[in-house]
Amino acid sequence: MQSLILRTATRLLVSLILVFSVYLLFRGHNAPGGGFAGALVAATGFALYIMAEGAASVRKAIRIDPRRLIIFGMGLTLATGLIAWLSGKPFLTGLWWSMAKHTDTPLVVVGTPLLFDIGVFAIVLGTILTLILTLEEN
Amino acid sequence: MINLANKNSAVRFARATCAIPLILFLATSFMLPRTIAGGFYRFEFAWIPDLGVQMSFMLDGLSVLFALIISGIGFFVTLYSADYLHGHHQTGRFFVFLQAFMLSMLGLVTADNALALFVFWELTTIFSYLLIGFEHEKESSRASARQALLVTGAGGLVLLIGFLLLEIISGTYEISQMVSIAPQLKNHPLYGVILTTIFIGAFTKSAQFPFHFWLPNAMAAPTPISAFLHSATLVKGGIYLLARFHPILGGTDAWTMTLVIIGAVTAIGGAFMALGQSDLKKILAYTTVTALGIITLFLGGKTTSSLTAAITFLLVHSLYKSALFLVVGIIDHQTGTRRIDQLGGLWDSMPFTTFAAVAACLSMAGFPLFFGFIGKEIMYKGALAETMFPILATSTVVLCNALMVAVAGILVIRAFLGQPGGDYYATVREASPYMWCGPVMLGGLDILFGIVPDWVGRWLVEPAVRAIHYTGEDIELSFFHGINEPLLLSIITLILGIRFYLKHQFLYKWINITFGKLPITASQAYDWISESIVGLGKIQTRLIQNGSLHRYFFVVVAFFVISAGYGFFRHSESFPSIAFPLISWREFLLTIVISAAVITVVMTRSRLLAVCGLGVIGAGIALIFLSYGAPDVALTQLLVETLTVIIVSIILLRLPRLRLKPIKYRPQRIFDASLALGAGVLVTTLLLAVLSHDLDRSVTAFFEQNSYLAAHGRNIVNVILVDFRSMDTLGEIIVVATAGLAGYALILNRRSK
Repeated sequence: MQSLILRTATRLLVSLILVFSVYLLFRGHNAPGGGFAGALVAATGFALYIMAEGAASVRKAIRIDPRRLIIFGMGLTLATGLIAWLSGKPFLTGLWWSMAKHTDTPLVVVGTPLLFDIGVFAIVLGTILTLILTLEEN
Repeated sequence: MINLANKNSAVRFARATCAIPLILFLATSFMLPRTIAGGFYRFEFAWIPDLGVQMSFMLDGLSVLFALIISGIGFFVTLYSADYLHGHHQTGRFFVFLQAFMLSMLGLVTADNALALFVFWELTTIFSYLLIGFEHEKESSRASARQALLVTGAGGLVLLIGFLLLEIISGTYEISQMVSIAPQLKNHPLYGVILTTIFIGAFTKSAQFPFHFWLPNAMAAPTPISAFLHSATLVKGGIYLLARFHPILGGTDAWTMTLVIIGAVTAIGGAFMALGQSDLKKILAYTTVTALGIITLFLGGKTTSSLTAAITFLLVHSLYKSALFLVVGIIDHQTGTRRIDQLGGLWDSMPFTTFAAVAACLSMAGFPLFFGFIGKEIMYKGALAETMFPILATSTVVLCNALMVAVAGILVIRAFLGQPGGDYYATVREASPYMWCGPVMLGGLDILFGIVPDWVGRWLVEPAVRAIHYTGEDIELSFFHGINEPLLLSIITLILGIRFYLKHQFLYKWINITFGKLPITASQAYDWISESIVGLGKIQTRLIQNGSLHRYFFVVVAFFVISAGYGFFRHSESFPSIAFPLISWREFLLTIVISAAVITVVMTRSRLLAVCGLGVIGAGIALIFLSYGAPDVALTQLLVETLTVIIVSIILLRLPRLRLKPIKYRPQRIFDASLALGAGVLVTTLLLAVLSHDLDRSVTAFFEQNSYLAAHGRNIVNVILVDFRSMDTLGEIIVVATAGLAGYALILNRRSK
């Protein structure tokens, strides 16, 4: 199924979808979104890409084996837990680093829950991509 | 690093492992002075302190005797095996299993904690499984290993029940402390149950009737393994158990009657079966069954002479039988056959092996000047002194010993003397010294112990008997007891044995015909039971896991409807009123869309349309979530539905075009429909019932308050997922990843087919 309209539209849409998925991932802490939803959006984008261009070009585009994405995500979430554990708190406790202590409202910069969410993102995306690509290649 | 692929370094590694048994043997020998004086060694350390279980070891006279037998024979077997297996591609594995087995066996005979004993017991079972099945490319070898594993493993589990009951009654797992409450135990209502479990454990391990069949089948193992496991160590595990528990459970009529009768049946059956074999290894295996039966019989008694007979014969048998197995291994290794009718005249080409074989056989036959003679005299004394069935015991022992004389005659006269047979004769030569030194040393011990029996009696036998039976009576092993009844019985035995030998070819035919006529043998019963279990499993799988998704789903939903419906109607009084909330026109429209999609899914005969219909249902539900102010849930629902449609479409597009089956079974469809309706109505009712109560908002309030303050996030759903309950999320993503990889493997598996 080689449709010129689909292929042209996909080029535009997929990049937008992927940007949106990252946006969802990062805004998740304060607004609807998060790692799981972001990963689903990204997976939908790749699914569209597969339909337009075929599995081989998706494999070429993402460069890494999606199975490694699963391993990376698993490692990241476990490491997040271990950071808290190593600093003497219960496993997976959220740790935060805030800047601007001199202002009245502390400005939170980054925390381990974000890393955890990125791990979730990687695992979910890796799992779905592994399944879709393997199905498609059969 | 030792390169095990290199054959020479493999042999060197193998020989080096004989240091383990050697060191253990020497260490145990240093314990002798204390055990001879009647003392013991005890070590313990924490194992599972929360449950009050400790790893404790006790070495008294009995344990030391067993440990010396195990490590001593283990040393020779290790040396022997290095040459026996020379060139085998899995030598390294063999020696790891062998040493691991030996250590577990030593653990078994020294453990004082019953649970530790059980663990070592099962370890010996597992390693013997690996060793019997060492030639795992052969189907028969695997079957024999599995049989031994199942029989002895099942026995071990029954034994565990006995140990747990003993702990419940006595309050301790330490065997040495159970002795003090022995009188209460024997009057306890559970005594019979405990006795049965201990007996089943011991009988399966020590190949007593009706569990004897695994031992001859286990001859599929390499011969040094048979020499080690199936003569001197593994099969003596059950004997050790009976001896160890003799002071705790023994001495009652039930104990004596069971052991004497089972021991006698096993001994006589084994002895006749031995004469019906032509494979040397099988002959030895059945005589081992006989010997184990005789030891069991004597452990049934409660007199000093009966127990002395058991312990002495245990040592006698370990020495001559392991030597004979090693000799048979040498014959097999050098000539390529173990069949008695193909062998003969080996004496001039194999002088050392012949010496070992003759010494061991004469000990087995109980000729004067050999250790077996001492054992036999003591056995007759013990049998005559039995408190129950002395005539049965005595005649059993005389008959079995006479049959062993015949077996010894067959081995020595037909294999080593006699006419050379077969074409191997011209080229056969003596095995390497590493191989013959073991049997020669063991054969030499048979002579040495026969000449100076009082040393053995004082150093080994007496401490072992004292450990399980202390009366103050003298235990004396001596060369000549004077002209008395045992001597008379010895002479009768020899005469009978020689007659049996002269008639052995007739006996061979007669036994094979007679045993062939038996309606069912224990081995067939085992096959029948295991086949029935497999058959039952197949029936159950066909019923419950027949591969029909329809059936699985039906079971799950039906179970839910029945259990939840029962629970709801039973406690319906706690749900006083069910209020139907008013819904807006928007929700009403959504409901109509969802209902239409449901009807489409159910009625359509196109798969793609059905999938799309499911997608519409999901999207409609997402919109309902959204209208109730749950954007996160709605977003996730919508995305999951989208992806599901995509993935299912990919699969469907690749399936061959299949017509859906026309609706044939109308009653089935109606039944399914009513079940689905029932489930829907039930879930709706339950939800309405729940909603008509005030909701407990304390948890929600907590998250609302703390979400930003503690976790710096305003999206409560996300904060719960990645912070408050991140451990749950971790578990879920592990499930996701596992399911993904499993699905990946399944897809690849289909492709490779």
